[in-house]
This record gives sequence, structure tokens and C-alpha cells, in this order.
Amino acid sequence: MAELLRVESLAKRFGGIVATDDLSLSIPEGELHAVIGPNGAGKTTLIAQLSGLLVPHSGRIYFGGSDITGVSMPSRSLLGLARSFQITSLFLDLSVLDNVALAVQAHAGHSFHFWRSARREPELRDPARAALARVGLSARADLPASALSHGEHRQLELAMALASQPRMLLLDEPMAGLGPEESARMVSMLRDLKKELTILLVEHDMEAVFALADRITVLVYGRVIASGKPEDIRNNTQVRDAYLGEQEAVHG
Amino acid sequence: MIPTFNLRTTVGLLLLLALVLLPVYVELTGSRFLLTLFTRIVILALAAVSLNLILGYGGMMSFGHAAYLGIGGYAVGMLAFEGITTGFVQWPVALLVSAFFALVIGALSLRTRGVYFIMITLAFAQMAYYIVAGLARYGGDDGLTIEKRSQFIAPINLSNKVQFYYICLGLLCGAIYLVWRLVNSRFGMALQGARSNDTRMRAIGFPTYRYKLTGFVIAGTLCGLAGALLANHTDFVSPAMMYWTRSGDLIIMVVLGGMGSTFGPLFGAVALLVLEEVLSGITEYWQIILGPLLLLVVLFARGGIDGLLGKARHG
Repeated sequence: MAELLRVESLAKRFGGIVATDDLSLSIPEGELHAVIGPNGAGKTTLIAQLSGLLVPHSGRIYFGGSDITGVSMPSRSLLGLARSFQITSLFLDLSVLDNVALAVQAHAGHSFHFWRSARREPELRDPARAALARVGLSARADLPASALSHGEHRQLELAMALASQPRMLLLDEPMAGLGPEESARMVSMLRDLKKELTILLVEHDMEAVFALADRITVLVYGRVIASGKPEDIRNNTQVRDAYLGEQEAVHG
Repeated sequence: MIPTFNLRTTVGLLLLLALVLLPVYVELTGSRFLLTLFTRIVILALAAVSLNLILGYGGMMSFGHAAYLGIGGYAVGMLAFEGITTGFVQWPVALLVSAFFALVIGALSLRTRGVYFIMITLAFAQMAYYIVAGLARYGGDDGLTIEKRSQFIAPINLSNKVQFYYICLGLLCGAIYLVWRLVNSRFGMALQGARSNDTRMRAIGFPTYRYKLTGFVIAGTLCGLAGALLANHTDFVSPAMMYWTRSGDLIIMVVLGGMGSTFGPLFGAVALLVLEEVLSGITEYWQIILGPLLLLVVLFARGGIDGLLGKARHG
């Protein structure tokens, strides 16, 4: 399969702290690639650099063959790189449908349309409703986003990412704070999505990661200590020592 | 949004109707003073409507909005002083100069956020204030008397108080409608998204800066129009028009009436200026009463007057 995302020796420091350390990564089209690692391993920092929120100190990022290292966050989104946020980041004072419709609007040309009511444009509302249906939020469409539960916020995040019709999703801990049932629903949704999209998944829930990932990269202190198929990662002693050991112990 | 006829819209439209009928009442009772007061209220409501576009819908806390009142006013005053009295030149110049200032101020200040944004807009407005105060040719600190109101073709005559009032009111209605259309358009959704969560907007692909800047320029231009009206209303312009306390008044109107609502700025302007008028008739220290009132609104009625009307509907 063709390579969609390539990261070459990416580095990012915050003062003396090395958050990303000579990190390289290659994700082919259609892969669900999970990035795991203990807290502070630099997973969110990696996503922030991939989405363009943070600028790396060195290294390059290629998306679909072109160098996007210097490309702004809005432009990356328009190229088809959509991200969700670890800490829910929504338009809380707008309706659920408005939230998704904005994501559609972002990719429907410029927004210098001053007269027609955007809330009555089928070309914005219909795809938004479709995305909401996809994540099971249709019944909540007209509520303010602030009225949703945490689990529903995660679903809405996903709907917004989907509505932008991305080529690749960057998901930052989509299961964070979800109950077992909600997590199971999210896993089955992601399993559906991975049939059509390339996904980079940062997640703490190991059960979900091993259920979904085609390949896994393990980060510790911003550095890749292992990368490979789930079974290789599971059997990698270095990874077990650094990270999985404690998790396995917890899970029994 | 579709104009659903809920309480806030009904009250808003009734208030506009009352304003339309006001000259009839003035004619019957002969209280010309009321007409002067309400002309002023309508003009400042127009300024508040323009501020609401960026403050209420765009989340941009501009503390220098009165600058455009002054710029619009001085455009009229200076041109009149130089002998150019036709409104067909004065008013477009007032709008263009206001738009240009808003473009410059916005382009620089919108690169900052929060307190810095407030301080920069305030600094620009104060700069304009001092520049105008230094223009000796145009009266400097003392201001400039306008001998002749803007001239238009017959039958338009701004010196006719009733006619002038209706022109102001018509422009106010137009501005309320314009802002209502704007904020519900794609542009308005982008603006509201940026108010709600700027980072997320950029993450989903909106270059928010250009939309905010456009909103900033539209608001400045509209306020410049209010300035041109105000100059004609008082037949006088002075640097005080753009002093920072005037910017504060405009913010109070918007907050009191209800930020980000269609009729809020109108409610706020009427409430504030009528209160000011009534209270100052009772005591010289009317601000002692007004202050706590505002405090109560901010503490207990977050949506301002418009918010209270919205709540009342739900019982």
C-alpha cells in the first residue's frame, strides 16, 4: 500500500524536556496505527505536531507525498488530516448539529457568504446529519453541545472529524473517560471507520489498541522503542519492561 | 435562524414599533426634548449593534469602539468645515475612513488575545483621541461646531428633526437586519465558531483570523455611520466622542441588553440612556444607582435583558 504519512526524525523540546526525540514513523494508506506509551511519553505532543498546532524543532512531516512541516493547521485540515482532541474541544454554546455543520463548512470552500442562512443550507446540514447518524447522535442533534454527556462528547468529536471527509484521522485518546459500554461502542465504530480511513490512534486502553491496531508504535520519553505488529509488541521484552508490564499486572 | 416569534423577538419588534410611533406622541404632547433624547438613543443603539457583531457574536472584546464614532463624526465635521457639505461625499468618506481604521487596528490587534487585545484596541482609540485633540485647525480639545448638516437632495432634509429621527431609525433597523443576516450566514457561523473555540476552528480548517478581521471591519464601518449621524445630531464634534469611557458605555449597552442577541443592543441602549436620563433627574450622583444595577445584571442575568426575556418564555 502507498505510504500516506511519513515522519522523519522529528524533535520537539520544551525547555530542557525532550518531548519528541528523533522520532520517525511511516503509515501506509488504510492502516490503523496505534501509538502507545506511558504518561508523558509525548503522544499528544506528536499529534499536535502532526496536526500543525505545534511546530517541531527539527525533522520533517510528509502527508500524501508532500512536505507539510511548514503548513498551517487549517491548511492541513483541508488536505485531509483531521484530528480529535484528548480533552474534549467543542463549540459548547452551539448546537450539536451546528458543531458538525461547521466541520462540513470548513471544507466547503471559503466562508465569505454573508447573506444566506447557513442553518438552512442542505449542503451543510445533510452531511452533518449523516455524520451524526454514523456515530449514533441523531437524536441529540438540536441540543446545545454543552448538554451532552462526556461519552457523547467523544462521539461528537468523532462525528466532526468524519464530517470533514478526511483521508486520515488523528485520534487523541478517543476512549478517555468512557465507561465499558461506551468504550465498546467506540471500538466498534473505529473498526468500521478503519475500513475507509487511515487512522493514527493514541490510546491508553490496551484492550482497544490490541483489538484495533494493524501496527503499534511504542513511545517512551519521546523516543520510539519498538514498532511492529500487535503480536510482536506484545512479545517484545523491552516494551514489557517499559510499559506493558504494569498494565498486564493491573489487568491480571 | 428563522424568526420565531418568541417573547424576546416580540418585545424587540414592539420596541421598534414604539420608536416608530414616538414622533406622533411628541407631536401630541409637544415634548420636543423627548425627540432629541431618542434620536441620540437610536444613534447610539446603532453603534451598540455594530459592537455586538464583534463582541457578542465574535467574542472580540474591543475597548476602542468609540473611536469609529469619532472618526465618522470628524469625517463629517472636517469636510463641513472645509466647505464640503454634501452628504453624498461626507457619509461615504465617513464609512471608508472608519473601515480603513478598523482594518489597520484589527489587523494588528487580532494577532493578540485576551487582555492584550483589549489593551491594544483601547490604546488605538486613545491615540485617535489625542490626535484629534491636537488638530488645532479643527478646534482641538474644544471640538468643532458644524454650521450646516449634511446636505442631500430634496426632499431629504436632516435639519428637520422628525425626518432626521426617522432616517436614524431606518438605518438602525437596517443595521439590526444586516447583523441578523450576517450572523446566521456561513460567515457568521465562522465568526461564532471562533468565539466559541478558536483553536478547534483552526483545527477543522478555518483560517479564523480573516473572518474575525472582516467582522471587525464591518463593525467599525457601521459604527462610523453612527458617528456621522451623531455629528449631524449634535451639530458638533469633539474628541470626547471617542474617549475611552464612551467605548465603555457601548460595552455596557451590549452587555446590559444581552451579548450575541438580535435586539439586545437596542434593549441595552434604550435601558441605559433612559435610566441615565431618569436617574440624573433625581440625583446628581446617579451613577451610584446605575453602578449597582449593572452589577446585578452581570451577576444574576448573564444574558442581559434579552436573556431575561428568553427565560420568561419558559415560565
